[in-house]
Order: sequence, then C-alpha cells, then structure tokens
Amino acid sequence: MRRTILASLTIAVSALGLEAAEIAPTAVTFEDGSVAQSLSGQPGNAAEGRKIVGSKKLGNCVACHAVSDLSDVPFHGEIGPMLDGAGDRWSEAELRGIVANAKMMFEGSMMPSFYKTEGFFRPGKAYTGKAADDTFGPLLSAQQIEDVVAYLATLKE
Amino acid sequence: MKKMTGAFLAALVTTTYAIAEPVDDTLVVNEDIAIVTRTAAPAHMADAVDEVMSGWLFRGSETRDMQRDDFDNPGMIFVEKAEEAWNTAEGSEGKSCASCHNGSDSMAGVRPVYPKWNEAAGEVRTLEMQINDCRETRMGAEPWKYTGGDMANMTALLASVSRGLPVNVAIDGPAQSTWEQGREMYYARTGQLELSCANCHEDNYGNMIRADHLSQGQINGFPTYRLKNTKLNSVHARFKGCVRDTRAETYKPGSADFVALELYVASRGNGLSVEGPSVRN
Ligand code: HEC
Ligand code: HEC
Ligand code: HEC
Repeated sequence: MRRTILASLTIAVSALGLEAAEIAPTAVTFEDGSVAQSLSGQPGNAAEGRKIVGSKKLGNCVACHAVSDLSDVPFHGEIGPMLDGAGDRWSEAELRGIVANAKMMFEGSMMPSFYKTEGFFRPGKAYTGKAADDTFGPLLSAQQIEDVVAYLATLKE
Repeated sequence: MKKMTGAFLAALVTTTYAIAEPVDDTLVVNEDIAIVTRTAAPAHMADAVDEVMSGWLFRGSETRDMQRDDFDNPGMIFVEKAEEAWNTAEGSEGKSCASCHNGSDSMAGVRPVYPKWNEAAGEVRTLEMQINDCRETRMGAEPWKYTGGDMANMTALLASVSRGLPVNVAIDGPAQSTWEQGREMYYARTGQLELSCANCHEDNYGNMIRADHLSQGQINGFPTYRLKNTKLNSVHARFKGCVRDTRAETYKPGSADFVALELYVASRGNGLSVEGPSVRN
C-alpha cells in the first residue's frame, strides 16, 4: 500500500518534472502542532518571507505581532507575542505548523490559519464581503509558507 | 515543552495588555450634558468584562475634543438637516414627523431603548425600521434606504435629543430569542480569518491591531461621524465593515441577522450614555 502511494507519487512528480510534490492544504499532517516536511517540497527564501510577514496584502503578520527586525514597516500590532526570538523558541517544524494552522498548536488561537481551505463559516471572496467562489484558496501558498518559516527561523536573540 | 511555552507566552501577553489602556478622561458635551463613558458591566456580561467603555475613550485627544462641543462636532450639521426633514411634510398624507410627534425633543428617551420589541408587528425593531414604518404606513412616503444619508441624519437627530441618557434595551420577554441569536453571532468566528466580534472587541480592547486602537465595539455613540469617510455611519454599515474584514460573506444591513446582532451589541452597552452623533476616526 505504502509502496503504491510512493510509486504513484514518483510518477506524478516525474510527470510534472518537479523535484518533490507540493502538499495540498487538505493533506497536511500535523504532529503535536508541528509539520515536519516542506509544504512545497522546496526550501524557503527568508528574504521573500520577510516581505510576506510585513506586507498588508500578504501575511499581514505585523497586524498582530511586533517584529524589531521589521522596524521599516510602520504600525505593528500587539495582539500576539512579539516575534523576536521566534527562531530560538521554535523548531522549523513547529514554526511551519504554527504558520500553516496555528490552531493545531494553540487551541482556539485567534491567529488565522494560513494554509487551510475547508471548515470556514461564511467564507468570503477576499475583502469584498461577497461569498467565496471558485477562486477561493489558502491565505498563503505552500512556497509562501516556506518563505515565512525560513524568515522566522532567522529571528534569533 | 509545550506547557512551558504556554506559560512563557502568557507572561508576554500580559505585559502587552498592561501598557495598552483606554485614556482616563471625562466627556461633558457643551459644558452641560455629562456622558457616562465607562461603567460597571451589565449583569448578563459580567463573566466577560468588569467594565463597559465607550469607543470615545479609545480615540486620540483631537478626535475626543471634537465631541465636547456641538460647534466642533461635524455630525451636528446632519442633525440640523434632519431637523428640517422632521418639519417637512412628505407623502400622500401630507404629514411631517412633527404633525404627529410635535418637536423632535419629544423623542428624548426613545433612542436608549431601541432595538425594541413591537407588540403589534410581532418583531424586534431598530430605530431605522420604526422610522421607515412611520414613513410608509403613516405618511404614505417612500422608505429611506437603510444605511442612506436621510436615514443616518434622522437617527442622529433622535440620538442627539437623548444624549446623556443611559442605554437600556430590554433583553428578556419577547426579545429574548432575538437577543440570544445576536449573542451567538457575536461569538461566531466568521470568514477565512475566523475572527469573532469577541476576538477583537472583548479579548483585545485596548490593544493595537496594526494601526487601530481596538475599543469594545460599543454602539452607544451611533451614528458616528468618521473622519475617515467624512460622513455619518450607521450601526449596520459598521457591522458590515467589521464582518467583511474577517474575509467573510457579510450580512445585509437591515437584515434580521443584523437586527439581532444590534440588539445584543446594544445590550452590552446598557448603562453607557447615548452620545450620538459621536466622532470617530
Ligand atoms: C489576528 C492576529 C494574528 C495574526 C494576523 C497572526 N498571528 Fe501569529 N499569533 C497570534 C496570537 C494571538 C498568538 C499567540 C498564540 C495563542 O493563540 O495563544 C500567535 C502566535 C504566533 C507565533 C508563536 C509565538 C512566538 O513564540 O513567537 C508565531 C511564530 C506566529 N504567531 C507567527 C505569525 C506569522 C508568521 C503570521 C503571519 C503569517 C502571524 N503570526 C499572524 C495572532 C496572530
Ligand atoms: C401620522 C402620524 C405619524 C407621523 C407622520 C409619524 N409618526 Fe412616528 N409614530 C406615530 C405613532 C402613532 C407611533 C406609535 C406607534 C407604535 O407604538 O407602534 C409612532 C412611533 C414613532 C417612533 C417610536 C417611538 C417609541 O417610543 O418607540 C419613532 C422613533 C417615530 N415614530 C419616528 C417618526 C419619524 C422620524 C417620523 C417622520 C419621518 C414619524 N415618526 C412620522 C405616528 C406618526
Ligand atoms: C479583526 C478585528 C475586528 C473584528 C473581528 C471586529 N471588529 Fe469591530 N472594529 C475593529 C476596529 C479596528 C475598529 C475601529 C477601532 C475600534 O473602535 O475598535 C472597530 C470598530 C467597531 C465599532 C465602532 C465602535 C465605535 O465606538 O465607533 C463597532 C460598533 C464594531 N467594531 C462592532 C463589531 C462587531 C459587532 C463585530 C462582529 C460582527 C466586529 N466589530 C468585529 C476591528 C474588529
């Protein structure tokens, strides 16, 4: 059984010409809130991650978290803990789990789930106030999650 | 390991709360009308917070000052417009509001008890619904758009004559099931961001969310004149904006859902003074 999956994965991967398969939002495996494997199958890019964390249009993490390293971005929120030192406090797998779906690590967390596509109540089409349609996708892509994780890992004290 | 982190987080979070408070200030309008901007929480929400506070306490000093005097409050221009409308006959019956209600000051004491159960209609009515009912059934006039300018102006007039009186909506008896529906909505986590009103306005008032200083999301100051869009904003328009910002499909202004939510949110401010039209950013 395991063999068959592996075999078909290999076929799919080679058919797409990718090095490794992307894990879909509905197929992520959490272990104690952590996610061991790269969601995109690729390493993250910390410089891209830094942009995503600070950008209102992307992660908008600074809406809730302050980050000293992002002092060039105005207005940091204070809903969640400061992210300074997050790379010391958490392993890469833990950070990936937190960013993909923080509710797996912190029960009932106010932090949005950035890599999730199901189980919402009245999901909308972005910020239009209209109902979600077939363009609905996770808040961040698999690679964007990896980029953010790579950036968080650099936040050491 | 996870437990320790939890405790560590809790310590961090408490420190953040401690530095973010509403201001210590008092509001007297026109050196005459004392406004209660913070008071003990009504019994039904005593588990959630100790004190209820007006959004006024969470705004900057310049914004707060604009509400101290009617000459500085841009919302009062719309009250004057509504005073004209109050005295203007409209519709097939050739009547104005004044024909039946006399002066607009006869409406003192009405704003604080709305939304309110209407026995004859068998429904909970907002002030907007009642105004449109008078227009349609008593004046033979067209209803106003629920969140439109004419309606916001009239609600500003009706709020202004009740300034200083305590909000006091009934939540029991025939209104109870509507109130319970509203309470459920208040705690429901909506949209792709999965945020409830309570996440922001109960658990995090006093904290900054990006550039915004979160208040308790009270509606005792409605309609609000917002510096951001330089007009009066009605309760349901504000609700719609907050729901939309959770990346959710919103409810419609004037819908039974928002009426229920309004009754519940109003009840969270029982004891605060009516202060509309208020000034917010
Ligand atoms: C709506 C507010 C909100 C947003 C937006 C948000 N978070 Fe969080 N985050 C929280 C809260 C609250 C916690 C604390 C955990 C809990 O819920 O108990 C948290 C916890 C965390 C932690 C663990 C805390 C630590 O030790 O440093 C990390 C890491 C984190 N968030 C990263 C992010 C990243 C990256 C983003 C953007 C992609 C983000 N958050 C967006 C609210 C938010
Ligand atoms: C033809 C007479 C008539 C006219 C004109 C009229 N109303 Fe009324 N209004 C009434 C009556 C009668 C009631 C009480 C109805 C009830 O309790 O169901 C009422 C009730 C109200 C109430 C609720 C008062 C309370 O104590 O709950 C408000 C608010 C109101 N009217 C506003 C207006 C406004 C604003 C206008 C003009 C746009 C207006 N009315 C025009 C007859 C009128
Ligand atoms: C993501 C956080 C967030 C959520 C969730 C949210 N709001 Fe708000 N709300 C805000 C911000 C920011 C403001 C402007 C600053 C303030 O007064 O808190 C605001 C303002 C308000 C105001 C105006 C207060 C005043 O004094 O002028 C009301 C009323 C309100 N919200 C009600 C609600 C209701 C009801 C819900 C749930 C349907 C809700 N909000 C959900 C962030 C939020």
